[in-house]
Amino acid sequence: MKLFKRHNNVLPGFGVTLGFTVFYLSVIVLIPLSALVFRTMGLTWGEFITTVTAPRVLASYKVTFGAALIAASINAVFGVLVAWVLVRYKFPGRRIVDALVDLPFALPTAVAGITLATIYSSNGWVGRYLEPLGIKVAFTPLGITLAMTFIGLPFVVRTVQPVIEEIEVELEEAAVCLGASRWQTLYRVIFPVLLPSILTGFALSFARGVGEYGSIIFIAGNMPMVSEITPLLIITKLEQFDYRGATAIACVMLLTSFLMLLVVNLLQKWSRRYAE
Amino acid sequence: MQNNSNATITDRAQTEPAFVRRALVTIALIFLALFLLLPLAAVFSQAFEKGLVVYLEALKEPDTLSSIKLTLITAAVTVPLNLFFGVTAAWAIAKFTFPGKNLLITLIDLPFSVSPVISGLIYVLIFGLQGWIGPWLQDHDIRIVFAVPGIILATIFVTFPFVARELIPLMEAQGKEEEEAALVLGATGLQTFFRVTLPNIKWGIIYGVILCNARAMGEFGAVSVVSGHIRGMTNTVPLHVEILYNEYNYTAAFAVASLLAFLALITLMIKTFAEWKVRQQLENN
Amino acid sequence: MKLSKLTTAFTALALALATSTAVLAANVTLLNVSYDPTRELYTEFNKSFAAYWKGKTGDTVTVKQSHGGSGKQARAVIDGLEADIVTLALAYDVDAIAEKGLIKPGWQKELPHNSAPYTSTIVFLVRKGNPKKIKNWGDLIKPGVSVITPNPKTSGGARWNYLAAWAFAFHQPGGNEAKAKEFVAKLLKNVPVLDSGARGSTNTFVQRGMGDVLLAWENEAFLAINELGPDKFDVITPPESILAEPPVTVIDKVADRHGTRNVAEAYLNYLYSDEGQKVAARHYYRPVNTRIPTRLAKVKFYRIDDKAFGGWQKAQKTHFADGGTFDQIYAPVK
Repeated sequence: MKLFKRHNNVLPGFGVTLGFTVFYLSVIVLIPLSALVFRTMGLTWGEFITTVTAPRVLASYKVTFGAALIAASINAVFGVLVAWVLVRYKFPGRRIVDALVDLPFALPTAVAGITLATIYSSNGWVGRYLEPLGIKVAFTPLGITLAMTFIGLPFVVRTVQPVIEEIEVELEEAAVCLGASRWQTLYRVIFPVLLPSILTGFALSFARGVGEYGSIIFIAGNMPMVSEITPLLIITKLEQFDYRGATAIACVMLLTSFLMLLVVNLLQKWSRRYAE
Repeated sequence: MQNNSNATITDRAQTEPAFVRRALVTIALIFLALFLLLPLAAVFSQAFEKGLVVYLEALKEPDTLSSIKLTLITAAVTVPLNLFFGVTAAWAIAKFTFPGKNLLITLIDLPFSVSPVISGLIYVLIFGLQGWIGPWLQDHDIRIVFAVPGIILATIFVTFPFVARELIPLMEAQGKEEEEAALVLGATGLQTFFRVTLPNIKWGIIYGVILCNARAMGEFGAVSVVSGHIRGMTNTVPLHVEILYNEYNYTAAFAVASLLAFLALITLMIKTFAEWKVRQQLENN
Repeated sequence: MKLSKLTTAFTALALALATSTAVLAANVTLLNVSYDPTRELYTEFNKSFAAYWKGKTGDTVTVKQSHGGSGKQARAVIDGLEADIVTLALAYDVDAIAEKGLIKPGWQKELPHNSAPYTSTIVFLVRKGNPKKIKNWGDLIKPGVSVITPNPKTSGGARWNYLAAWAFAFHQPGGNEAKAKEFVAKLLKNVPVLDSGARGSTNTFVQRGMGDVLLAWENEAFLAINELGPDKFDVITPPESILAEPPVTVIDKVADRHGTRNVAEAYLNYLYSDEGQKVAARHYYRPVNTRIPTRLAKVKFYRIDDKAFGGWQKAQKTHFADGGTFDQIYAPVK
C-alpha cells in the first residue's frame, strides 16, 4: 500500500474505486485479451515473425494505419471545428446538427458501409459526379479513409465539446483585458486548454479506424496488396482454421494500438502541464 | 447584472467577427452534410422507398421484433455496468495521483482500438468449445458464446471505455478543491460525491451514456463473431439488418436500420430536453 | 429507476436462457447450421419436414436456422455452436469439424451421393441481353470484361468459382497446371472487387452496377433474377463447369447429447425423399434423384475428385492455403 502514496489527499474512496477499476478491467478486458497472447504462443518465434511480416500482411498494415492516420487527422480538424460551432454559435438547426453527430455510433457499421458504398459507388448519389472527374471512392483505399472518417468523427466532437462548454468566460475576458487579440486568445488561451481533449479524440478516432471491419469491407474492394485491411486478413486466417496465425496478427495490431495510445496519453499529460 | 463595458468585453472575448462565424458554420455544415446527412438521408430514402405500409410491415416481422428485444436487453445490461465502472474509474484516476496511472488509462482505452473482430474472438477463445473453459461449460450445460451472455459480454467489451473516457478529462479539469471544501465542512465521502461531484459531471455522464448506449445497440463486428446467427434467437438488430440485406430485402433492411438512426435522434432529444429542464430549474431558484 | 431497469434486464436474460435450454417432451428443436445461399431452400424445406414429422410421430419439430459463410459457420460449430445438423458449401469445412471429433470419421459415406442430397454448379449472371457476349469461361479473360467474384479465402462459393475456372483451363487441349494458373491469373486481373461473401458479390454486381459478369452459384443466380427483376439480368450456363456437392451431416456429439439423433437423421433422409428433392429443385438446386424433373441446363461437369484437384484436402492446400496458387497470383512482383 506504501506504493500508492496519497500525496496528502483528503478525498476518500481511493482504494475501493481503484480496486474495482482494476478488477473490472481485468475480468472484461485483460484476461480475455491474454487468451489471444497465449494462443499465439503456439507459434515459434520464427513462425511468428514470418506470419506477421509476410508481404500481404505488411501491405495491409500500410493501408490500414495510413488510412486511419489520414482519417483521424481530417477528424481532428473538422471535429474541433464542428464542436466549436456547436457550442459557441447560434444558428438554425443547431440541435439537429448536434444530434447528427452521434449517427456513426448508432448506425450499425455494416449499414454504414453499405450506405457509404451506395452513395459513393459509380452509380451513387455522389459517386456519379466524382467519377467523371477521375475520382473513384468506393472500392479503393480512398473508400477506406472515407469509412474511417465517418466512424471516427463523433470521437473528436464528443471529447472536445464538453471541454469547450467548460471553458470559463473569465479566462477569455482576462485575456482581452490584458490586450490580447481574438486570435491570440484562441491560440494562447483556448487551444492549450483544448489540446488534451483534441489529442484524445484524435487517438480514439485513429484507434477505432485501425480496428474497424464491418463498414470497411463493403466499400474497400478488398484487393490483396491494394485495399486489403489487416482485420480482413485476420478473418481470412480464421476461415482457414489457422487460429494461431490469426491471433499472431491480432497481437501485432493490439501491441501497436497499445503503444500508440500510451504515447498519446503521455503527450496529453505533457500538454496538460504545459497548459498550466 | 452586468454593466455596459463588461458586456462588450464578454462579446469581444467570446465571439469572432460575423463573417468568420458564418464561414466556420458553413464549412462545418458542409462537412457534416457530406459525411452524416447524406448517409442518413440514404438510409431513410431506401427505407421508405416502397411506402409507409411496407416500412411498418417490415418492422412487424417476428424475427425483427425478437432482434429488437435482444438489442434492448443487451443495452439494458451493458450501459448500467459500464456507467458504474466509468464513474468509479474516473474518481480513482482523476482525483488521485498514483504510479502507473497512464498505463491504467491506456488499458482502459484499449477496447476502442481492438478490432471488433478480435473482441468477439477473445471470448470464443475462452468460452468456446476449443477454449479454456468451454468443455467445462458444456458439461454443465452453460452457454456463453453463441448465446445471449456472449453477446452481452462482447458488447460490454466494445463499449467499455465510453463513460470513463468522457469523465476522466472532465473531472481532471475540474480539480478537487470543491470536494475538499465539502469534506472540510463535514460532509461524508458519499455525500460529497452525490452533492458536489455528480452535479459537476452530469453532462459528461449523459454524453458518455448516450455514446455507450448507441454503440451498444449498433455494434456489429464483435457481436457477429459470438452470436451464432440463429434466427429469432441470437440476432441483434444490426445482425438482422445484414441478414435482411443479404436476402435482397433492401427495403426491410433499411427500415430496420432506420430504427437505429431514429434512436440516435431520440436520445439527443432526451438530452436536449434534460438540458432545458435543468436550466428552467436554475432560473426558478 | 436504473436499478429496476437492471432487474428487469436480468429477469429477461434469465428467461431467455431458460427458454433456450428447455426441451419439452413433444416439442423438438433442431438447429441447422448452413451456408448463405440456402436460406430460402431451408425455410421451405423446414415447413415441409415439420408437417411430415407431425404426421408420422405427432411431435412438433421446430428447425432453427443459422446462415453465414461456410467456413465461418464451420468454425462456429467447432467453437461450440450447438448445431444438430450442418449443411455446408464444401466437404472441406465439414472435415474440419470432424477433425475436432464432433462428427464420426467417414461421415461422407453415411448418406447416398457423398452425403450431398442436391448438387449445384457455377454459372454466369450477366446484364440483360449479354452485351459482352459471354458464353463460356474463355470469354472471362478478354480485355475489358469486368468480372465479379468473392474472395476464395473467405467464401466457399468463391472457391468453387476459382476451381471451375481452373478446371476449364486445365481441360482445354494442351492444358496443364501452368496454363491453368495463367488463365486464372488473367481472370483475376479482370476482377475489380473481392467481396468477403457470395451475397456481398451479388449485391456489388446488382446494387452498385459493378462488373459485366457475376460468377455465382446456379441457384443464387436464378434467385437474384427472381428477386431483383428478370428484365435486368440473364443467367448464362456455361457448357462446362464444376460439380459442387454441398454436403449434409448430423453433428454426432451434439445430437447425441440433445437426444435428437432420430429426428436429425430423419431430417437429412427427408432431403433425399421425393418431397425434399422437389423442394431443392424448386430452389434451383440439382436434385440427385434423376426422376425429379429439373429446369436446369445440361452441363459437362468437372469434379473436385478429378485428377486435376485430387479432393478437397489437396485442392485447399494447393490453391487456397497461405502461399497457394491464389496467393502466388497476387504476390508482389519482385
